[in-house]
Amino acid sequence: MPVPSLSPRVWIAFGAALACAGWAMSAWAAGDAEVLAAERRRVETIRRASAAAVSIFAGAAGGGSGVLVSPDGYALSNFHVTQPAGLVMKCGLDDGRLYDAVLVGLDPTGDVALVKLLGRDDFPFVTLADSDLVEPGDFCFAAGNPFLLATDLRPSISAGIVSGVHRYQFPAGTILEYADCIQVDAAINPGNSGGGLFDAAGRLIGVNGRASFEKRGRVNVGVGYAISANQLRNFMGLLRAGRIADHATLGAVVATSADGRVVVSDILDASDAWRRGLRHDDEIVSLAGRPVRTVNAFKNVLGTLPAGWQVPLVSRRGGRRYETLVRLAAVHTPAELAAILAGDASEPGKERGKEPEREGGRDGGPEGRPARKPPPAAGQHDGLPAAVRGLVDPRPGFANHHFNVVERDRVAKALAAGAIAKADRWVLAGTLAAGGDFRIELADDAATIDLPTGRSTIDPRADLDVRPEPPGSGGLLAALVVWRRLVRAGPAATGRTTYWGTAPADPAALGAVAMPPLVDVLESAVAGVEARLFVDGAGRVVGIDLWTAPDADPCEVRFAGDVDGLPAVIDVRRGTVPFATLRVAAPAAGDRP
Amino acid sequence: MTTAFRRLLVVTLLFGLDLPAAAAGETPQQVIAAAARKVVKIYGAGGLRGLEGYQSGIIVTPDGKIATAASTVLDSDEIDCVLDDGRRFRARLVGVDPRRELALLAIDAEGLPAFAPAAAERAAAGTRVLALSNLFGVAVGDERVSVQRGVVSAVVPLAARRGAADAPYRGAVYVLDCTTNNPGSAGGALVDARGRLLGMLGKELRSTASGIWLNYALPTDELARGCAEIEAGTVARPAAVEVRPFDPRRLGIVLVPDLLDSTPAYVESLVPDSPAARAGLVRDDLVIAVNGRAVPSRAAVERTLGELAAGDPVRLAVVRDGAVVDVDLGPRPQDKETR
Repeated sequence: MPVPSLSPRVWIAFGAALACAGWAMSAWAAGDAEVLAAERRRVETIRRASAAAVSIFAGAAGGGSGVLVSPDGYALSNFHVTQPAGLVMKCGLDDGRLYDAVLVGLDPTGDVALVKLLGRDDFPFVTLADSDLVEPGDFCFAAGNPFLLATDLRPSISAGIVSGVHRYQFPAGTILEYADCIQVDAAINPGNSGGGLFDAAGRLIGVNGRASFEKRGRVNVGVGYAISANQLRNFMGLLRAGRIADHATLGAVVATSADGRVVVSDILDASDAWRRGLRHDDEIVSLAGRPVRTVNAFKNVLGTLPAGWQVPLVSRRGGRRYETLVRLAAVHTPAELAAILAGDASEPGKERGKEPEREGGRDGGPEGRPARKPPPAAGQHDGLPAAVRGLVDPRPGFANHHFNVVERDRVAKALAAGAIAKADRWVLAGTLAAGGDFRIELADDAATIDLPTGRSTIDPRADLDVRPEPPGSGGLLAALVVWRRLVRAGPAATGRTTYWGTAPADPAALGAVAMPPLVDVLESAVAGVEARLFVDGAGRVVGIDLWTAPDADPCEVRFAGDVDGLPAVIDVRRGTVPFATLRVAAPAAGDRP
Repeated sequence: MTTAFRRLLVVTLLFGLDLPAAAAGETPQQVIAAAARKVVKIYGAGGLRGLEGYQSGIIVTPDGKIATAASTVLDSDEIDCVLDDGRRFRARLVGVDPRRELALLAIDAEGLPAFAPAAAERAAAGTRVLALSNLFGVAVGDERVSVQRGVVSAVVPLAARRGAADAPYRGAVYVLDCTTNNPGSAGGALVDARGRLLGMLGKELRSTASGIWLNYALPTDELARGCAEIEAGTVARPAAVEVRPFDPRRLGIVLVPDLLDSTPAYVESLVPDSPAARAGLVRDDLVIAVNGRAVPSRAAVERTLGELAAGDPVRLAVVRDGAVVDVDLGPRPQDKETR
């Protein structure tokens, strides 16, 4: 049917005006300027969100939606939307322009993709809200590209209320799991996938990606689901790292006991949870700072966490409460993730009858696992648009390795800007919390620590995994050597160093504070050891985990405070066993960098 | 306009686009949380696709009386009710009002938050409403049921059917502009902006006139009357459910004339270019089953086809030259009588 050629912006304004025409007219009658002002604010809020809405077109494979979250063009979407597009795609904005975009990172388990629009550094964008504050009844609206209607690149708006929070929607096989998601009655139709869900202030509370459908086919029945902003924030670092992010498992299966408690029904003895003392029949009280009262709640918490994070776990056995930090393992092996990306993983098992269909793609979209366009072979990028050349590097294990280098070098630059980067000899001396003095000296040819129990020395140029020193620390000296080398020589000269992503600066604070701060993490495989270095916003290393052997407890070094660019307190532990707390005195004049 | 009301209006416009204006002093979020405590998740028989084993219910007395939709979910000795706080109770079926398709359950509990259906609230076309239910069974344990917002579109007598069977209730219902026609929604609560009960969400039915899926609720006064009749044991028996036979000529099948008490369903001829002709049905085929159900006679074919809804797939088993052949006819068309 021909439609009058009004611009969608006019339609949006018209629709919004209609929606509250009843109110507005009665308000007019009462001469209530306040109401009209409120209405104008809402129209303005929707206009701002619309500006950040992305229409994704993947050619014949379909398309969907996205939402810009940074001025330099990073946009969130769904894995099932970008997967058919492959590494490059076209993205439309409300300004009526089409932009080249390139894939950055993927999270197949959480159905999230990060892409980067190119050509501007002043893209309109929205900020992520604290989605744990969202309540049933809150106003919300979606901006997206339902049924791929946005052929003129202008998004459609649908409004509603939040119907439920902390919902759990089962995965298809092991991917596309919607944990802790937000349920809305705003219309979410095929094509809305990947688009933003916004609160009354226009902040991003989630990314729409799924809906419950029934007998009427794949159209909205008032039950849509959005990936929560807080889950997206947890994975943002891994996505920006150009990685194929993986979700977490505790290495344990839980079940509801006869008396309604959530208890461990099975546990892997190779898991960190086992090493931390969790056993069969233990009750799970809380995970990552969130209470666990149902199996769903357990899956909701785990489903929002990246593999590799350390999180607090509280359990109970025989009336006694145990608190520990536990390191989360990955749901998939790297090979399994690669197979999912290649689209050749075995089909997921038939879902239970009550499970709704997945939503996505063009009018009805792909029903099964999204198939992916094969990536261009290395060196065969000639077919790519000029704008994306040099921005695409589909290395095994990465969605797009190019962006890993970008992030790695950003962090390395901050590290190199620190005061200590120019000092040749690093000296840390002071007293142990347990009593006695210590002295650490790090140089190119030797790393030495003097403790009341004796002196330990290693050669920084040799393999670092041979003899973890000092004894019992798990490799404190090796950790410090990797730290110094990264700061002084840079990532390119430090074995194989990549940007890992982000992780909580203080895992114990998870759940205790709103939106706990995350810090950058660099990962170095060098001289036989593997280390993760936590780097804060000021370019200071605040922690190091160092493994001399995989699947064993790492040496965990945590820094606090600052004395001329060096930490004031160094806390060293291995597993749950503290090794030492070192209090650094002001450095001697000769050692000052 | 009072200042309080003006402020409320502004709040509603700003934060609750389609939320009805809440009672002064209570946010919509608080109204919803309070109403949700009076809605339960019900689990019973079922579990197959299209025949879900769950629905919703409304607590109507503090001592554990729960009103819900009469459905196959209750065809079980093990009906469980899960409260908003996660407590799980085995329920007893007090009774059923087949005309209103209403059932009353009882659980062994005290001091529950409850709606008061006796104090009937009335809604009219245009009333803004909230629907609370465990649609799609999405909430489990202590998770809160879902809430949707909408408007009462009309207050009219129900003219609905399930398949070809007319729904027994013909009284007034609230027709809703709100998609409550979802698995698990039946038995949920329709409340007003202050959280007062307006009605009970209905079952998955289609309009007799148009065939479209209806979103409707049984008004509270009918709900209260039904509950009272169940408790008093004075429930009226409904008229027998009437199935409209479906003329197979609508599919292009002309069966032999129905001359005997039980005329075998032989195909006399086929309408050219009809679904049946295209599907490969031929003259003298003997129809022995419709969608897996044995049909011993011509009348049984018409009755069994009539029990299907328009759009349901039709699959016949026929005997041809001594062998049984399956024939897919595609979706069943509308009745002649309905548009």
